[in-house]
Amino acid sequence: MLAPLFSSKLLLILFFGTLFGLILGVLPGLGPTTGGALILPFTMTLDPLSAIVLLTSIYCAGTYGGAITAVLINTPGTPAAAATCLDGYPLAQKGEAGRALGMATVSSTVGGIFSVVILVFFAPILAQLAYEFGQPEYFALAIFGLTMLASIGEGSPIKNLIAGAFGILISTVGKDFMTSIDRFTFGINELTEGIGFIPVVVGLFAMSEMLTQSTLINQVFNRIALKAIKLPSKEDYKKTWKTILRSSGIGSFIGVLPAEGGTVASLIGYSEAKRFSKKPEEFGKGSIEGIAGAEAANNAATGGAMVPTLALGIPGSATTAVILTGLIIHGVRPGPDLFREQPDFLYGIFGAMLIANILFFIFGFFGAKIFARITLVPNKILWPMIFAVSVCGTYSLNQSIIDVWIMLFFGVLGFFMRRYGFSVVPVIIGLILGELVEGTLRQSLVIFDGNWLMFFTRPIALTFFILSLIALAFPLIRSRKLKKK
Amino acid sequence: MKNVQKSKRANKSLPFFFKDEFKVSFVIIFISLILLLTTFTFDIVPPILNRGIQPATFPKALLILIIAMTLIVYYLATKNPWKIEKKLPRSFFLTLFSFILFVIVSKALDFFLAISALSIFVAYYWGEKRLFYLLLVGIIFPIIVFVFFETILGLRFPPGIITNIYYS
Repeated sequence: MLAPLFSSKLLLILFFGTLFGLILGVLPGLGPTTGGALILPFTMTLDPLSAIVLLTSIYCAGTYGGAITAVLINTPGTPAAAATCLDGYPLAQKGEAGRALGMATVSSTVGGIFSVVILVFFAPILAQLAYEFGQPEYFALAIFGLTMLASIGEGSPIKNLIAGAFGILISTVGKDFMTSIDRFTFGINELTEGIGFIPVVVGLFAMSEMLTQSTLINQVFNRIALKAIKLPSKEDYKKTWKTILRSSGIGSFIGVLPAEGGTVASLIGYSEAKRFSKKPEEFGKGSIEGIAGAEAANNAATGGAMVPTLALGIPGSATTAVILTGLIIHGVRPGPDLFREQPDFLYGIFGAMLIANILFFIFGFFGAKIFARITLVPNKILWPMIFAVSVCGTYSLNQSIIDVWIMLFFGVLGFFMRRYGFSVVPVIIGLILGELVEGTLRQSLVIFDGNWLMFFTRPIALTFFILSLIALAFPLIRSRKLKKK
Repeated sequence: MKNVQKSKRANKSLPFFFKDEFKVSFVIIFISLILLLTTFTFDIVPPILNRGIQPATFPKALLILIIAMTLIVYYLATKNPWKIEKKLPRSFFLTLFSFILFVIVSKALDFFLAISALSIFVAYYWGEKRLFYLLLVGIIFPIIVFVFFETILGLRFPPGIITNIYYS
């Protein structure tokens, strides 16, 4: 599995990718998704394996990096670390920041490695199953992925669905891929090629965050001093090993579900840790189990999310949507054929994720104190710099100034979406899945001679439709249960 | 804490057209309707060339779905009003203005100058008054980024008063 990585160039990329991912994770507002999108243009100078190794190492390390900020300044460096704040910061306030970060580091590493094992075993099985998929099955699967946003995504289910539908709508801009007829181009030549993924991602994540930060310029972070990270004690291990394993399983499972990711995984991992704990009253006051539950789950989601991404070409999370774009840009088409034709490439990715998990453990242990200092970089310096990189990065892909303007437009839109409770993640997932949804629908209708009912004669497609209905009904059932309680 | 509680208070006392849920729903539905009307201007493919459905059908269905779901969101909000959002500070509007400034300068004058101007403008209004740091974010860093993109990615930036000097 590690053989494809035994080159000094790839190991160097892994090293810097992990380091860069950690820095991105530590900085509030940035994260592996934004960072991955910003780095994507640079990957054009690399070969496909090096590019994806870089992106996956950023993904793994960035997800862990968020915990450092969560514990020390009570602000999640990444959304996936939000649940870590609940117990990490209170424990740090008690003067045990080193213990909190030690547990976060160990549980993140275990969760991450566990999920790589899941990825190695399950991705080929899923890919094998995908050989049975035709156009109708892919359509049903994409619909299932989108409805999952409503089911267990963050925030309001209907708002998530609106955002997802909006993402699909963006994918329809430009020439229709089947008939070459212009749609929503409004006479602008640059729009005939459609709206690119990078301007939308950088806009929705980086630029909208810049606008959010502009509303918080007077905010002062109280950073708790960190002497050194401590390895968890025997007693801590005894208390948490079951939680870490359970959360690793939960995180991997949530990650595998299309369109979900670390944020949801960490929240479920945390709440399950509380449910199974002998001392649930300690949660929210500095429980070591709470930190373990959240961190193992969010890192376990990384490997899990790569399963549908590689096996089906359906992103498991927002960051894997960026990785998927990286694969497509480099001419690698994810799906079952990838497993048959390029096993070395896949083993390279699996190995890179494994090594990245080990590397961030080492960096975390020996460098957390330095990474914690990065949070001291003032926003008034940091964000103008991020703007310069965002603008040049967005421009670089097509050398189009229109792309930069689109990025700014989506920055403003993303800010208002977040302000009024619409998550921006479904837009990204919708944009990535849009062509698949429309393409497979239209091709299916050609196969079925326009008879919609034929979808329900295909067992796999029917199963996905039933699962989609369950996913849509789930929020209703959940809210009724909560009301009854 | 008090502020948080205040902001979470439902905005029941406002007339319906001042409420965020109405304004947001109205904007979404209004834009969706315009886009829906636009779909009627799409070319129609003759039946012999058409595969499956017309190019306008899918976006039409999506827009109708968005309008329907927005109506549901609004209906739910009438029963459970949204929290009142805090007023946006001056710094937000200045940052937004800097985006507009960037578009104008990048189009009319120069791409590099636009990045530089925005960086200095934002850094200054976000509270950075030290000249060295303003030069760092406004000139030194953009130059590094420019040179990096140019040499590593072989990128050619759009012509402008400063970029032309660099390329000449």
